[in-house]
Amino acid sequence: MSEITPDLVRHLAGLARIALSDAEIQRLTGELGQIVDSVAKVSEVATADVPATSHPIPLTNVFRDDVPGPTLSPAAALAGAPEAESDRFKVSAILGEEQ
Amino acid sequence: MSTASELTRASAADLAAAIAAREVSSAEVTRAHLERIGAVDGDVHAFLHVSEAAIATAEEVDRRLAAGERLGPLAGVPVAIKDVLCTIYMPSTAGSRILEGWVPPYDATPVARLRAAGLVPLGKTNMDEFAMGSSTEYSAYGATRNPWDLTRIPGGSGGGSAAALAAFEAPLALGSDTGGSIRQPAAVTGTVGVKPTYGGVSRYGAIALASSLDQVGPVSRSVLDAALLHDVIGGHDPRDSTSLRDAWPSFADAARRGAEEGTLRGLRVGVVRELTADGPTGDGFQAGVTQRFREALGILADAGAEIVEVDAPSFDYGIAAYYLILPAEASSNLAKFDSVRFGLRVTPPGGGTVEQVMAATREAGFGPEVKRRVILGTYALSAGYYDAYYGSAQKVRTLIQRDFAAAFETADVLVSPAAPTTAFPLGAKVDDPLAMYLNDLTTIPANLAGVPGIALPVGLAPEDGLPVGIQFMAPARADDRLYHVGAALERLLQERWGGPLHAQAPALG
Repeated sequence: MSEITPDLVRHLAGLARIALSDAEIQRLTGELGQIVDSVAKVSEVATADVPATSHPIPLTNVFRDDVPGPTLSPAAALAGAPEAESDRFKVSAILGEEQ
Repeated sequence: MSTASELTRASAADLAAAIAAREVSSAEVTRAHLERIGAVDGDVHAFLHVSEAAIATAEEVDRRLAAGERLGPLAGVPVAIKDVLCTIYMPSTAGSRILEGWVPPYDATPVARLRAAGLVPLGKTNMDEFAMGSSTEYSAYGATRNPWDLTRIPGGSGGGSAAALAAFEAPLALGSDTGGSIRQPAAVTGTVGVKPTYGGVSRYGAIALASSLDQVGPVSRSVLDAALLHDVIGGHDPRDSTSLRDAWPSFADAARRGAEEGTLRGLRVGVVRELTADGPTGDGFQAGVTQRFREALGILADAGAEIVEVDAPSFDYGIAAYYLILPAEASSNLAKFDSVRFGLRVTPPGGGTVEQVMAATREAGFGPEVKRRVILGTYALSAGYYDAYYGSAQKVRTLIQRDFAAAFETADVLVSPAAPTTAFPLGAKVDDPLAMYLNDLTTIPANLAGVPGIALPVGLAPEDGLPVGIQFMAPARADDRLYHVGAALERLLQERWGGPLHAQAPALG
């Protein structure tokens, strides 16, 4: 059995920046446990002598000429942003009160 | 070809020829499809957005043709676009609440190429949220229904594109295929779908799910139509660093040659045992799927193809490897939905720091399957587990590539059912992730290895009267073989049926 616990799911949700509810954490703990048990079979055949493949058709040194081309205007780039100010994306407070 | 019904049932190739010959205008063809959408999409729900500019775009194409301009071979033909592809003027949500109403400032390369070739975008099609799913039930905007039986799933994630074709709402569509999202919907809706070789079609502007697996490809009702669309959207794009620089042959020519008499003689067709009812997961294959699949093999053999059995033992580990690699890559790709640059922003009561706003936004904006996979991917990539899970999955990927290489020593193309079952009822698997994941059993190996695959219909399962698809796979860069063998089999089947399979589809509306 896997070691997926509610505390681990809560920790992972924090890393992934998703404010899961307690009910979601409970449900995900069970579901993820099942999924992890099922996918763990990859270790049966992944022996030390097998190299890893990260990319199906690897290309290397993909460069293009550095020439000016059309770019998005600030207005176009910002058009879908939740909040913008002075041609910039506006973010929520970076620091908490205690900082 | 002049009534609205004839226009919506015609192939893209025939529509293009009639438009080029000025027998019918692009505006008439486009209007017929918009009317069809108006009549049946309330039931099917293939579209998330219908373009208000379609008629004007079509009229512009008509003007250019009237002025003697030479446009591409599909000029004037309407096309539906999966909502995972960025489109200017039309919202692009990837089926997610977090991108509701977002209109991108640029077109995905395949979309830009469609427009340049004079095709007419009809709208955006429904999909599982961020392409995570096999049924479109994980769309934040409600499921799409299968036109063959409105109580059943149309496949996924590209169920909207496939259903739009099957319901005659569009003659062509674009899809994206990360683990089967073009081919499995094609299988269960009696349509045609192709996942090109990885790097064959640009991913620029395709909202990324798993970058080492995603491929954009054509969705159609005939093999030739898919080939024509592939010719338009494919080829090198400097904006995608994984785009291949190959000079591709004409896939339409490959399809036309394949449809000629006698072109299957001597072709070695390898049946992948692990992807059939004879393999280790054989219990999951529906009897009627296996029956139609075997009949198709018989037809290929009668036409002179050499049917051989191949073994690919590592394919048995494909789903496990896929559900580690995909969540890992997705958890990274979806980090961009951070409440700052686009889409939703949810501020917790009383305000909060950017991190708290981000977490509240993603909690509100992501659905259950996306959360599941992002958390799973975060786990698979975390310190202490990386080697055991993600590292091992990457090794399985190597083994699967080796199995493909060995199989292609003895076969020119590989073959399997395109999906283990016909369309299942809506709701049947939505709360059982592991059961849902098994739908992609037959399609996932091609994504892990980067090889191309095509799904096309081979008949209806006797037990439920629903479409069954066959899948062919070819070596990387040999997409033309798929069009060749696909068009050959399609012709032989249609000679038996007395027409295309979709002529047997029930009426809607």
